[in-house]
Amino acid sequence: MQRLTIVGSGPAGFYTAARLLGRLPERLAIDMFEKYPIPHGLVRYGVAPDHPEVKSVINRFDEVANHPNFRYFGNVNIGQDLSLSELRHLYDRVVLAYGASQDKLLGLTGEETTRGVMSAREFVAWYNGHPDFQNLSIDLTSTDTAVVIGQGNVALDVARVLLSPLDTLAKTDITENALEHLRRSKIRHVRVVGRRGPAQMQFTTKEFREMLHIPGLRLAVDRDLVTHELNRAKHHIAKQRPLKRMTDLFYKHMDSALPSRDAKAQGSDKTWTLDFLQSPRELIRNPLDQPLDRLTHALQGTAVEHNQLVGPIDNPRAEGTGVVENVETGLLLRSIGYRSLSLDPTLPFDTRQCIIPNASGRILTQNQPSSTYVEDNTRDASPNTVLPGMYVSGWLKRGPSGIIVSTMSDAFETAESILQDIESNQSTCRTTSETSSSSLVTELDGAVPDKSESADVSDRLADRGVQVVTYADWKKLEALEYAQGATRGKPREKITDVAKMLDLVRST
Amino acid sequence: MSLISLHPLKRMLPPLGRFSGVSVRHLGSRSYPNLRVTRLQDYNSSALWKMNGTRLTVTFVTPEGQKKTVRCNEGDSLLEIAHANNIDLEGACEASLACSTCHVILDENIYDQLEEPSDEENDMLDLAFGLTETSRLGCQVRMCKDMDGMTVYLPSATRNMAVDGFKPKPH
Repeated sequence: MQRLTIVGSGPAGFYTAARLLGRLPERLAIDMFEKYPIPHGLVRYGVAPDHPEVKSVINRFDEVANHPNFRYFGNVNIGQDLSLSELRHLYDRVVLAYGASQDKLLGLTGEETTRGVMSAREFVAWYNGHPDFQNLSIDLTSTDTAVVIGQGNVALDVARVLLSPLDTLAKTDITENALEHLRRSKIRHVRVVGRRGPAQMQFTTKEFREMLHIPGLRLAVDRDLVTHELNRAKHHIAKQRPLKRMTDLFYKHMDSALPSRDAKAQGSDKTWTLDFLQSPRELIRNPLDQPLDRLTHALQGTAVEHNQLVGPIDNPRAEGTGVVENVETGLLLRSIGYRSLSLDPTLPFDTRQCIIPNASGRILTQNQPSSTYVEDNTRDASPNTVLPGMYVSGWLKRGPSGIIVSTMSDAFETAESILQDIESNQSTCRTTSETSSSSLVTELDGAVPDKSESADVSDRLADRGVQVVTYADWKKLEALEYAQGATRGKPREKITDVAKMLDLVRST
Repeated sequence: MSLISLHPLKRMLPPLGRFSGVSVRHLGSRSYPNLRVTRLQDYNSSALWKMNGTRLTVTFVTPEGQKKTVRCNEGDSLLEIAHANNIDLEGACEASLACSTCHVILDENIYDQLEEPSDEENDMLDLAFGLTETSRLGCQVRMCKDMDGMTVYLPSATRNMAVDGFKPKPH
């Protein structure tokens, strides 16, 4: 029996477990650790509330969790409650699948201190009931325009939530608190700003289509710019089926689109604007000494520079033209990507791409250039560069982009690597740490755990006073969420407070 | 959401729910969170076949080239057939057209007989790995007599960056 642990309970972790238990149900025991009491990561805290069908995948995760050789340990923070080196002693193989908990910055002065400026990730986590983001200072009442920087699916998710009719959102699992803010919201216009052109939009057709179908919402674009850019890239577009379909959809709605300039002056109640070839250069803030708020600046607008595209037509770069324009807004959400953190300073970490260097999910001891992206398919690393028994899956492995299917494939790839290693009796992290004399391994080992400590992780956590939340506990919390939701006509009302979750687990 | 029927007959196939004793969520249902896909584990019981009359076969070919021929009924979707027979086809969104994890590849002659995919299915196919000219979502293709004995190819679930033409995003 091989003992395996997975750090993180999002789709990367669960799909890795699903494939492993599907292939070797008798020979593997998997313990999954999650920092928060409640599992499922971005399926719960990232997927938009109005996309319940995407969340159906939770039923698959439930199946995995019901496997007799699978244990879920919620509310266990690896690095605090248990160290990584302990995991390496307790388990034969360790899979890191804790995703990307941070986001990229635009690099603007005051970005992290100005009221009204935040990341879309935080905003999404707030309306999805993530415990860490419930105290986020959200003000949707002092501005009629929100600006979202970035043109991916997260950007459209937040635009959709800000502009959807309330009765639509009220039927979702969005938190009651967020719904209350949205009821009072004065935001009628959302500008979705991309540094490149319409041929480089990163969102998918489904999300674009959804925006086009929101009742009472008009699209605004600079038609000349869009036509020019799409025309310029037409040969490239013709070769890319998804892009071609999205472009066709765009053309279909172009005639009825409002001009992007002064879209809100056109008398339309609600608009969303796709602004292309623009990059924010400066935050325009009220001066500190205004009585409005003595402590923090509040956002009043942003200065955007117009760009032009240079370089290859299939993947051009945006280059500033020096033309700057001010856009009035009181809410700026940056949606330019997530970022992973290193769990442990002794682990290899590619600080440029913010991923753990790996070959098909096997963690590499050297900072090899992103092995997942190499051109050819012969990407098996030579054995001396692999950190035995250590694996990575999901966004931490290949970078924070893509949808469920990409994370699933990616998790399967890691699982296949693990299965191959088990079949071919490759070293485990346990054997390495006990027998190897390699200096790197010794360094990675850290302190050797006290032999008197319990070999079973449950006892060890109990000794340390950690209240472990099991999957059965979570299902009880979930039943409470369903019951709460039912009284409001929602699929569930999420419990958003960790202390409350733990109290409820103790008392039920 | 239209069920796929055969051209030129444009036959509407009966909904799945007709199988007594087997509850199957109807396509297009948005009854989250209570939706459950029934994995039809006992679907192969001969009693059910006798009850429903038709007996068709379909051969799945795995990415590794392994063939598995299984029996099924008229009206079954390829996703349901795969699940009933422990064939690796995910179906993460449980046939609600919100993912592409049940991507399958058909023979051209079968593909051509099917109705065109809907915009929603195409949106998801856009995101499938290793998309081909004859790709469909397994949850949207339902068996009928004229498809008896057909072959369904499962694409590699593992993303192959080189094949997909995937390029890392510029920073």
